[in-house]
Amino acid sequence: MRGILSGAFLLQALRISVPYVLAALGGVASERSGVINIALEGMLLVGAFGAAVGALASGSALAGLGAGVLAGVALAALYGLAVIRWRADQIVCGVAATLLALGATRYFLKVFYNSTSNSPRIPSTDGLGWAILVGAALLAALAEAGLRRTAIGLRLRAVGEHPEAARSVGVRVAPLRWLGVLLSGALAGLGGVWLAFDQHGFVANMSAGRGFIALAAMILGGWRPLGALGACLLFGGAEALQLRLQSSGMGLGAGTVQALPYLITIVALAVRGRASVAPRALGT
Amino acid sequence: MTTAVELRGVVVRYGAVTAVRGVSLAVERGAIHAVVGENGAGKSTLMRALYGLVPLAAGEVRVKGEPMARPSPEAAIARGVGMVHQHFLLAEALTVAENVVLGREPRRRGLLDVAGAEAEVGALAEEHGLAVDPAAPVGALSVGERQRVEILKALYRGADVLILDEPTAVLSPPEVDDLFAMLRAHRDRGGTVILVTHKLDEVMAISERVTVLRRGEVVGDLPTRDATPEAIVRLMVGRDLAGPPERGAGPMGDVRLSVEGLTVRGSLDRVSLEVRGGEILGVAGVEGNGQTELCEAITGLRRADAGIVRLDGADVTRASPARRRALGLGHVPEDRHRRGLLLDLSLAENLLLGRLDEYTRFASILDRRRLAADAARLLERFDVRPADPAAPARSLSGGNQQKVVLARELSLRPRVLLAAQPTRGVDVGAIERIHAELDGVRRRGAGVLLISAELDELLALADRVAVLYRGRIVATLPRAEADRERLGGLMTGATAQQAAVQP
Repeated sequence: MRGILSGAFLLQALRISVPYVLAALGGVASERSGVINIALEGMLLVGAFGAAVGALASGSALAGLGAGVLAGVALAALYGLAVIRWRADQIVCGVAATLLALGATRYFLKVFYNSTSNSPRIPSTDGLGWAILVGAALLAALAEAGLRRTAIGLRLRAVGEHPEAARSVGVRVAPLRWLGVLLSGALAGLGGVWLAFDQHGFVANMSAGRGFIALAAMILGGWRPLGALGACLLFGGAEALQLRLQSSGMGLGAGTVQALPYLITIVALAVRGRASVAPRALGT
Repeated sequence: MTTAVELRGVVVRYGAVTAVRGVSLAVERGAIHAVVGENGAGKSTLMRALYGLVPLAAGEVRVKGEPMARPSPEAAIARGVGMVHQHFLLAEALTVAENVVLGREPRRRGLLDVAGAEAEVGALAEEHGLAVDPAAPVGALSVGERQRVEILKALYRGADVLILDEPTAVLSPPEVDDLFAMLRAHRDRGGTVILVTHKLDEVMAISERVTVLRRGEVVGDLPTRDATPEAIVRLMVGRDLAGPPERGAGPMGDVRLSVEGLTVRGSLDRVSLEVRGGEILGVAGVEGNGQTELCEAITGLRRADAGIVRLDGADVTRASPARRRALGLGHVPEDRHRRGLLLDLSLAENLLLGRLDEYTRFASILDRRRLAADAARLLERFDVRPADPAAPARSLSGGNQQKVVLARELSLRPRVLLAAQPTRGVDVGAIERIHAELDGVRRRGAGVLLISAELDELLALADRVAVLYRGRIVATLPRAEADRERLGGLMTGATAQQAAVQP
């Protein structure tokens, strides 16, 4: 048990939290504007793939970062086209976007690298990785301030709460929803970049449900950036703890231990769920 | 004489339906202009067209003499036209100040100036006598306060022409007085008010000119001093009204519904009342004083924290809604869209909902022909238009929808009818019919609990009027002793103390 709260443990918890934080912030951006975003999972995945392809093709980590973010934005644009422009069902399209991301990354993995499992190893990206870690925390603070203290933030919230009211005072709804959705693509894409950099390459389905955990963190955090940040750190900590417990070989079965983060998620949501109020016009 | 707003030959269509057919109307500057008509006459649509919320199929809108090329809320706002919507357009999670400044936010160094916005909204509220806390979230405000926020939104944008769509429907009598004082002050400063309403006493009390709409057309336009309420009604309805139903002194029967010490935490505080057969007990009160909870606790849609509900002497406090219905409790819910009807189902399905067992043949297959035939009979008896059993409930006007609800509930021949706000958003002709039906229920010996925010309705129909204020019955008055002033005082708590010590 020694060393559970050591520096190494905390660092591990932070590293695990980064993609959660970024994807959850993306969720906040989209959902506060009134658009449900189940596609976060897919955006993480294409972000990771884009980062690997970009870094491998150019040999530059920075290009990888750019490519990953762009990939996230591209998927978000597709999603926005479906749900904002054509007003399709947001849950169905969110699932479809995630499935599309799964299939497309597999397909191009085969085409580009002739592999069904992973890309070649990408060159060292350490410096940028750290920048993303620090950036995630800064972005959370920035998002919180942006929502509360800027005119655009106010309009975004208004559109998510009562689009009709916003429209009646001359605030156009669709552009703000586009902003929210594209921002969510960029943020979740950046989360994917971190995943690819952290594991030095792309692995098929490497997002592994993180987008959905991020969604849970966003709800737990009351759709507020700093709240979501806190919830992500909680989940990240639980996961790091799980890894520790597993490697320390305590009597618990591996299955039980691995389920720990998810159990914490469910319990936290159940306890907090009703106190956390969704944007009124979410999903409309 | 200058006009603030002028409409010329305005036509508005919703799909195949023409809601406004060539309306021309001139509103003078510095005047209060009433626009009246039944529900469905096109008043709200016309105002929405003027404010640019619905497109014009033909015609022209002029503001201060200049034609508006493409009417839109932005264009209307830019020319000083502000609208106070009937259904408030406010985001409850945002503060008063945020709602008011939305779209025109004061900024400081690129950021939203929250303190400045609150100060400015506070000053504006003070100046116009619209007391409300700028930093409070709108979700925490009363209905009257929310309306003030709506007016502030318009004033903040520099509106001198205020359009108010049915502004008094949700207000208590003193709040109405406050609103009218504010509107008069606005007029005296040279502002213009367009007041959409169906309440004639308001037209007579406050307006200088009145325009009457029927079926999307102007059927009358005259100075208010030349008008009488009777003349306006005749224009609105196209005929004379029969007046309130003649009251035969029906026999007072046994207690049908009794409620003892009914408590719902935070909403109802030890409410006790009795309704006898052959009696209408009215419950007066400003919305949000426990009416909703009272209905839900009596019908079984909500569990009470304490108290007993009896139907014909049987304790049903823990009985399901279905059981209570089976024992003879009919319910006309206050929100007919959410509770009264399934809007996308047909009238036949809505009418016979809850009784479908009577229409099944073997293997639970519905006998649709018999269903439609019985529904058609009901529609005809209650004069629902159109009397088409296959029409979706959504396609009907508010008044006709309410007749469908009433038809369903009365076809069960209830021993107790709980009617909540039965004429809300219903046109004059349908109100007449609904009142006659409620009185009919009383005459045949059933008990009626009539919950209403309309004092006229209660005074016309009820044998006794109980006043609900902050979840308590503060007084129960026989009709002879109930008048508008007394009830108004009780409803707002102004005279609660004296009246509560009633013998």
